Amino acid sequence: MSGLQVVFLIVAIVTLFSGLMVVASRKMMHSALWLILSLLGVAILFGTLQAGFFAIVQILVYIGAISILIIFTLMLTRRVMDDDHPGVIKGWWLPALMAVILFGLLAGFMATWDNFQAMLNELPANPENLAGFGAALVDPAGYVIPFEVASVLLLAALVGAIYIAAERKEKAG
Amino acid sequence: MIPLSWYLIAAAALFCIGLFGVLSRKNAVSILMSIELMLNAVNINLVAFWHYHSQIQGVSQVAPQVFVAMVFIIAAAEVAVGLALIISAYKRRETSVVDEMTLLKG
Repeated sequence: MSGLQVVFLIVAIVTLFSGLMVVASRKMMHSALWLILSLLGVAILFGTLQAGFFAIVQILVYIGAISILIIFTLMLTRRVMDDDHPGVIKGWWLPALMAVILFGLLAGFMATWDNFQAMLNELPANPENLAGFGAALVDPAGYVIPFEVASVLLLAALVGAIYIAAERKEKAG
Repeated sequence: MIPLSWYLIAAAALFCIGLFGVLSRKNAVSILMSIELMLNAVNINLVAFWHYHSQIQGVSQVAPQVFVAMVFIIAAAEVAVGLALIISAYKRRETSVVDEMTLLKG
């Protein structure tokens, strides 16, 4: 077993364990902190795939922005969830069973694919070709329309988020 | 090097953990966190297939990278709107537990 495989196994186990703790821990703040560890593990998995750019973007966007946003929301809505209050529904075993069955189905279905055991070899020099990626995003023959639609969507989502969360003066009284 | 199957199995496991969280947690913020886990599992798959595809073709492929970037953008938009909705509902009802969010019942 090569060194990279050992790194992968350790990172994958940490990621999955912290993912489990996200859904299993009682205190909301703890699950938010476990979520950060899990996202960091995913970033390292991107790194092992030679996708260094996406590893950095993962750290910037998910750990830097999204998890901070989640922690802000937790602090703004904190006291509703008492810490001894169970965080999961009563019949939690049914979703657990469904998740296990789905995992079995997914794994069994993927194992029927011929190239399932294919090895991921090291890509040649300049694996990510970031200049080509950036050029394709603004190329009319490439992906300029999805790119612009995504930017408008992001702008609309942020304006909408401010509008939804803002105080309404007429309802305050 | 690492087999493709390891990434697919790890991503499937992370996706199922996220699915369990979405279906079983009570707090809306927890549900959003579980959705983030599911989106990340999908992204692992996409990046793994980007690597596999680039390896087969011999040159770096752009389309999977654009796909991954779109997932990042959608995730950011989704979490911003979702958390704003939770804060708005919390202001009206003093709760972020989804069972008690009955604003649409009239």
